[in-house]
Amino acid sequence: MPPKKGSGNKGSRKKYDMTEQQWPLWEVFIRSKQGLDHKHAGSIHAADAAMAIENARDVYTRRMEGVSIWVVESKYIHATNPDEASSLYDPANDKIYRHPTFYDLPDELKHM
Amino acid sequence: MDRNSHINYILQLADNALVLGHRNSEWTGYGPILEQDIALSNIALDLIGQARYLYQHAAKLAEAAGTGRVTEDTLAYGRDAWDFRNCLLVEQKNGDWGKTILRQFLFSAWQYFFYEQLQQSRDSELAAIAEKSYKEVVYHLRWSSEWVIRLGDGTKESHGRMARALEQLWKFTGEFFVPAGYEKELTGIAVDPAVIRPLWEDRVGEVLAEAGLEANPGAWMQTGGKEGRHTEELGYLLAEMQFLQRAYPGCEW
Repeated sequence: MPPKKGSGNKGSRKKYDMTEQQWPLWEVFIRSKQGLDHKHAGSIHAADAAMAIENARDVYTRRMEGVSIWVVESKYIHATNPDEASSLYDPANDKIYRHPTFYDLPDELKHM
Repeated sequence: MDRNSHINYILQLADNALVLGHRNSEWTGYGPILEQDIALSNIALDLIGQARYLYQHAAKLAEAAGTGRVTEDTLAYGRDAWDFRNCLLVEQKNGDWGKTILRQFLFSAWQYFFYEQLQQSRDSELAAIAEKSYKEVVYHLRWSSEWVIRLGDGTKESHGRMARALEQLWKFTGEFFVPAGYEKELTGIAVDPAVIRPLWEDRVGEVLAEAGLEANPGAWMQTGGKEGRHTEELGYLLAEMQFLQRAYPGCEW
């Protein structure tokens, strides 16, 4: 489909604020042709969501990497603290019974 | 139908794409931010890719007419300014980012409707090139429209720059719709500019209105590029672009 009159993302265009010295950072997620999920590709700078999508397209899909793009402003991503890694992740170490590896699979069953 | 007219017409389209592609490539490494540097370089590559298909097509027709050895390279690098048939708009200097964007927008809006029509051409090679290029231009138009609105409707500074750019470039847009002599003989092959004009005016008018910009409707229009009469900018551009092939003809690396 051709772009609608002038722009595709009217609602998301923001007035550029000259007091902001640098455009905000955005995280880019790309879904590839074969992939079922969006994967983190990297980050870009952009003034608003419309520009972020276009910048992501121009920077991360030049070599046919993707068929769908998500962007989210980096400040909205909350992450775990690396200092807490041992208490968060180590307790799973010895719980191998949580893996579904204790079943005898029939031979006819493929792709498991 | 005159074969020379046909070749001249294809060269016009190829020269448009090559010259604007080269102008855009002058920004590579100098874009305002990395993301936009890449965006404009992508567009430059799209345009140079279109130029290659068109030159290859023109070269085939020229060789079939018995003009000796003609290739895409001899057409791009071996002709002088008066042989180039591009419209005057695309050869204008980059100026600031706003002027570059506006030049791209005015041209992409034309190319968008032009390639839409050219897909119906009786020249099946041209129709195929148009079909492939159209998809690229859809994005060029979307991207440049966004920027024209963003800057036109931005700060006092950006608005002022866009208004100045519009004043400088508007006079070169009339040429899109004045058919050159060789165009008139190509019924069924060439696109009738009269069909595109209202579509282009509507689209450009809408985007400019949203950007808070106004073109002078009674402006005098400069023409001549399609017939090989160019502004002085083209000579400098060719001097740089053609230097290597002029100094070392046939050089490859």
